[in-house]
Amino acid sequence: MDKKQHDANANKKKNMVYYIEYYVDKYKIPLAAVTAVLLIVLPQVVSNQYIVTTAVKIGIYIMLALGLNILVGYTGLVSLGHAGFVAIGAYTASLLATRLGLNFFGSIIIGMVVAGLAGLLLGLPTLRLSGTYLSIVTLGFGEIVKTIAMNWDPVTNGTLGVKNIPAPSIFGYKLTIANNGLYYLMLVMLLLIALFCYAVYKSRTGRAFLAIKTDEMAGIMMGINVTYYKVLAFVLSAVISAAAGALYATLIGYIDPNTFTFDVSTLILSIVILGGMGTIRGMFLGAAILISFPEVSRSLMDYRFVVYGLILVIMMRFRPQGLLGWKSQMPYRLSKYVKGRLEETKQDSSVVKQ
Amino acid sequence: MIGQQIFNGLTLGMCYALLAVGYSLVFGILRLVNFSHGSIYAFGAHAALLFVSLKFGIVPAILLSLLLTGVLGIVIDKTALEPLRKKNSIGIASLITTIGISNIIQNLLTVYFGSEKKAFPALFDFGTITVGGIQITWTQIFICIISFALMLLLVLLVKKTKVGLAMRGCEQNAKAASLMGVNVNFVISFTFFIGGVSAAIAGTLISGYYQIVYPTMGYMAGLKAFAAAVLGGIGSIPGALTGGLLVGVSESMAATFLGSTYRDCMAFVILIIVLIVRPNGLFGKKGITKV
Repeated sequence: MDKKQHDANANKKKNMVYYIEYYVDKYKIPLAAVTAVLLIVLPQVVSNQYIVTTAVKIGIYIMLALGLNILVGYTGLVSLGHAGFVAIGAYTASLLATRLGLNFFGSIIIGMVVAGLAGLLLGLPTLRLSGTYLSIVTLGFGEIVKTIAMNWDPVTNGTLGVKNIPAPSIFGYKLTIANNGLYYLMLVMLLLIALFCYAVYKSRTGRAFLAIKTDEMAGIMMGINVTYYKVLAFVLSAVISAAAGALYATLIGYIDPNTFTFDVSTLILSIVILGGMGTIRGMFLGAAILISFPEVSRSLMDYRFVVYGLILVIMMRFRPQGLLGWKSQMPYRLSKYVKGRLEETKQDSSVVKQ
Repeated sequence: MIGQQIFNGLTLGMCYALLAVGYSLVFGILRLVNFSHGSIYAFGAHAALLFVSLKFGIVPAILLSLLLTGVLGIVIDKTALEPLRKKNSIGIASLITTIGISNIIQNLLTVYFGSEKKAFPALFDFGTITVGGIQITWTQIFICIISFALMLLLVLLVKKTKVGLAMRGCEQNAKAASLMGVNVNFVISFTFFIGGVSAAIAGTLISGYYQIVYPTMGYMAGLKAFAAAVLGGIGSIPGALTGGLLVGVSESMAATFLGSTYRDCMAFVILIIVLIVRPNGLFGKKGITKV
């Protein structure tokens, strides 16, 4: 951010959040470098498989939350059946890997495509439904996917699940937890997904999503094709969740229909809400808290899901925007292309006036 | 065979209808799907199990559990939902709150009662009678009679009493009703009470029918009942009855012809089709979006 913009902002009310944002923005390159180094070095330093596995799990849930965030946070559509997309991604990828011996990277892409199609299918009811009804349909979708996985024995192996899912490999080099390969794979995928979400947020598409969330009717009036963007949000969300699901399957090495219950959907939703709907930073914090929490507090095991419920209730009551869900006080930066277009229209209108 | 399945389906459907009424009433006033309704139902069944096992007579035990479940409904409204209404939060906030409450209740039940399936004493078990080749147990007959009587009672309550008038008033326009001197918060709490009691009755009846109780029993039943409420047209009691019966029958048909594993999925297939084809249900009124 240059000095001029900062001065323009200076007469606004300043608070802690403003300063944090300002300094993070100012030193973003060194901060990013430090974080990157820390994350890359982490498995070498701790060299404890349990902690690395937990870290990979957190990464997977961050991806899932980022996926759901596109729906809940950006577009304002609450999905309660996200486990369905995760299941589609995980099942497609691991079945292709185990039955046809396809490479992880090939199978994950096919998994994402299949989930994207499912997202398209599920997005279509948005033509007619809104709010609560839509949430119910997504919930039903999650249950139907689970039932299919449970009953389609010849393909999914029914309740027995898919066993011996191979670890991903690059040029014959196996990526496992033991050699930290899975961890780095997770980091790369997470980085790609987070960058993708950021790019979506900053794009025309992202602005359309936000408009739908804030006021759908006003969005229609402004010429936004609401149906198209809602379906698109579903597809993007499904694709991201499927990628995370496929990674999850290779991490655990075994999936069955009960891996993808309603509890998973609520857990992902809890992460999004705890972290802060519509933010990317929030997903990282939310997943880190909620996934490491049961690992840290084994004694609370039985009360774990009670605590998830409490988090939902208390957050909605006292901080519905989430822990890190403040509104950014930095000016919204338009891309050069959009700025250029704006200048053009300004000139055009001044020409018309003359 | 088919007649038998239809009758079994109708019995189940009556219980779904009772549950569906709870969804309908709350949705009518608050425009909110009360996701905690399924766990309230499970709570009712567990409360009945607990009080029956204390052995101070089965009727007082069940009445006590009904009262307790009704009070639970009020507590949920007062502690979690009323503050949100006061803050004028977005609709999603209340929806997520009820999901959270459902999580809390269900898992507290798991902690205190254990997650395994527990035996529940059979209610009204006076043997079976055979009518035209269909075997009917007395339990089924009682379920049908009690549910139907309760539905009638609820219709009367909504149509004929002063509280019912206030409920209908709030349903049409809560602000206008409060200007006319209706205590809206009381009416909402009352609705939650009614919903809780009817859920507890459904819970006790179903548990007496299947003779098992477990903490997650409310999840599926709640969703099916919601499907029933939407199918019939949410907000309407006769609609809830019709929807419940349709869901019950189609479920037992699916269990017979497609295999029991597809049972649970039936309600959702129906639900999704109904929502896409006729979002306001069979008996529902068409909503108008005002800008």
